[in-house]
Amino acid sequence: MDMLIKFFVAAVVAATPILFGTLGEIMNERVGHLNLGVEGMMSMGACAGFMVGYVSDNLFLALVAAFLAGAIGALLYAFLTVTLMANQNVVGLTLTIFGVAIANFVGYYMISRSATKSLKLPEGITASLEAVHIPGLSDIPVIGPLFFQYNVFVYIGVVIAILMALYFYKTKTGLNIRAIGENPGAADAAGIKVTKWKYINIVIGGGITGIGGAFTAMITAGGVWISDCVGGLGWIAVALVIFASWKPINAIWGSLIFGIFRILKYYVPKTVPIPIAIYDMLPFLVTAIVLVANSIRQRKDNAQPASCGVNYFREER
Amino acid sequence: MKRLLSVVAMASMLVCLVAGCGSASSNKNSEAVAGKTIDAKSTMKPIAKDDLKIGVIHITDPAEGAGYTYTHDLGIQKMQKELGLKDSQIIRKNNVADTDPAKIETAMRDCIDEGCNVIFATSFGFMDICEKLAKEFPDVYFSHGTGYKSNGNNFNNYFGRIYQARYLSGLAAGLQTKTNKIGYVAAMDSTNSEVTGGIDAFAMGVNKVNPEAKVYVKVTGSWFNPEGETQAAQALIDSGCDVIAQHCDTSGPQTAAEKAGVYGVGYNSDMSKDAPKAVICSVMWDWGVYYTSAVKSIMEGTWDGSNYYAGMKEGLVTLTELASFANPKAKEEIEAAKKQILDGSFNVFDGEIETNDGKKIGEAGKTLSDADITGKINWYFKNVEVK
Repeated sequence: MDMLIKFFVAAVVAATPILFGTLGEIMNERVGHLNLGVEGMMSMGACAGFMVGYVSDNLFLALVAAFLAGAIGALLYAFLTVTLMANQNVVGLTLTIFGVAIANFVGYYMISRSATKSLKLPEGITASLEAVHIPGLSDIPVIGPLFFQYNVFVYIGVVIAILMALYFYKTKTGLNIRAIGENPGAADAAGIKVTKWKYINIVIGGGITGIGGAFTAMITAGGVWISDCVGGLGWIAVALVIFASWKPINAIWGSLIFGIFRILKYYVPKTVPIPIAIYDMLPFLVTAIVLVANSIRQRKDNAQPASCGVNYFREER
Repeated sequence: MKRLLSVVAMASMLVCLVAGCGSASSNKNSEAVAGKTIDAKSTMKPIAKDDLKIGVIHITDPAEGAGYTYTHDLGIQKMQKELGLKDSQIIRKNNVADTDPAKIETAMRDCIDEGCNVIFATSFGFMDICEKLAKEFPDVYFSHGTGYKSNGNNFNNYFGRIYQARYLSGLAAGLQTKTNKIGYVAAMDSTNSEVTGGIDAFAMGVNKVNPEAKVYVKVTGSWFNPEGETQAAQALIDSGCDVIAQHCDTSGPQTAAEKAGVYGVGYNSDMSKDAPKAVICSVMWDWGVYYTSAVKSIMEGTWDGSNYYAGMKEGLVTLTELASFANPKAKEEIEAAKKQILDGSFNVFDGEIETNDGKKIGEAGKTLSDADITGKINWYFKNVEVK
C-alpha cells in the first residue's frame, strides 16, 4: 500500500510537465493551429524560469518569467503563421530547434560565468518548491499523501485545466474560439475577430507551456541546471493532446496515465520480464490506439478541430 | 671539367634545397625524405604548437553541467590552458548522437575541412567512423575514448580504470547505509561491460565493509536522461535505499537523494556542488591528464599510436574527498585500499569472484585481464540485484 502511494506520487510528478505542455497545445489547436514548437517553448520557459529563479530567489518571478518566455516563443509562431501565413509545421519545428538551442546557449553562458561551474537554485526558492503542507488535509491517512502534498506546480496545473475547460465550454468567448477552430471562415462571417483570438490563444498557450518547462528545470532536474532538461517531453505533450481528444479535463487524467507509463519501468519488479524499450513505447502505442478508436467511433466532439493545421486567409473564403 | 663539376654541385645543392623546403613546409611527403623514423610503431609526424588544430566530438553538450561531456570538456580546457593553445585552435562539435553514423561522419569531416589535424572522439559509438576516417586521412591523429579499436599509427584508444575509484566509493557507501539497501542508477544493462564492471567493483567495495548490504540496480537505457535518472533514483529511494550511486550523466540521482534526505555517490564530476547535503564522495574522471599528455606527445613527436589505459596511479581516475557526514571509518578503509591499488597489490577483480546467479568468474591467485574488464563483464557480483 505504502509503495502504491509512492508510485502514484512519483507518477503525478512525472505527469505535471506533460500536463502544462498539453494544455498549452490544446489552446493552440483549439484555434486551428498545430504548434509543433511545444518542446522549444518549454525549453525557453525552462531557461527563463530557472535563470530568473536563480538570480532573484523568488518563485513568483520565476513563474512569470517562464510564462513570458513561452509566450514570446508563441508570439513569434503566431506572427509567422497567423499574420504571414507560413506553414505551421515548418514554423513549429523551427521554433523547437530555436527554443532548445537558445536555452542551452544561455545555460552554457551562465554556467561558464558561475564560480563553481554549476548552477544550483538558492535556498529560498528551493524551499518554496517543496511539497505544500495543508494543515488538516495533508495529514489524512492515504488521502493526504495522495492528493494534498505536492509542490505548487501540480495545483497550478490542475487549476489551469479546470479554468480552461470552463473557458472553452461555459463562456461565449469559448464557443467563439471553438468555432474558429472548426471553421474560421464561418466564424469570421459571424463577426468573430479571428486574428485577435488566434493571437490571444496561441500566446497564452505558449505561456502555459513555458511554465511546464520551468517545472522540468526546477523540479525534475532537482534544482540544478542541465541542458536539454525538457528532454522530449514536449513531443509527448503533442501526442497527449490527441489522447485527451482536445479537452482540458481529459488532459489531467491523460497526463497522469502518461506519467504512470513514464515511471512504470522503474517500479515494476524485474521478475516481470519486459524489455525497457516496451515501456518507453507505451505512451505512443496508447495514443495510436486512441486515434484508431476515435476514428472508428467517429464522434465529432472527440475529433481534432477541423481547421487545425490550415492557415486562414481571409481573401480566399 | 671544372664547369661540369660546378654544374653538378649546383644541381645537387638545388635538389637539397628543394627537398629541405619540402620537408619543412609539409608533413605529407616527409616520409621519403627523412627516411626511417625513430619510432617503429607510428609513422606520424609531430605538429608544431601553432599548427595544431584540435577537433573534439562530444555526444552531448558541455553545458549539461555535471556529466560525461562536461567532464571531458573540462579536460580539454585544462589541456588548452596547460599547453597554452589559442581558442581558435579548438573546434567543438556538440550533440553528436553516437548512434547516428551519418551525423558522426559529417561532424568529423567538418573538423578536418576546417583544418583539424587532431580529433578527439569522446563516445563509444564514434569508434567505427574514427577507424574509417583514420584510413582516409593518414595525416590526422584520431584518438577515441572508451572503445577498443585502434590501428597503432594515427588512431588510438583511451580509457581508464574507473572501477578502481568505484571500488573505493563502494567502501564509503557500504559503511554509510543504515537500511543495508544501496541503490545504483545505471545507464546501460549487463550487455555493457563498462557499466556492469563499475557496478561490480562498487558492490565488491560494499561487500568488503558490509556483507549484509545489497546493491539494487535500475537501468535507464540511456546515457543522458535527466527525467529518467531522477525517476529511477526516486524509485530506489521509495523501495528503501538510503545511498544512491550512479553511472549516468546528470546529477539528478544526487539531487533526488538530497531531497529525500538520503545519501549518494556522484559520478563524472564532483557532484557535491549540486547536492552538498547528500554526496558522500564522487567518482571522477580527470580527462585533462590524458588530453595534455596526448597533445604534448603529438607536439614533441613522441606519439607512438599505442592505446592509453590509465587509472588512479596516473591521476586519470580519482575519488573526491569524503564529505564531513561520511562514516568516520570510511576514510581509513579507503586510504588502506587506495594504497594497495597504487602499489599494485590489489586490482579489484582479483581471484575467484562469485556472481549473483551462482557462477564463478576468474581464478584464485590471478586477476582479470584488461581485455576482460573492458569488454567481457556481463555478470553481476553476488550482492547485486537488478530490479
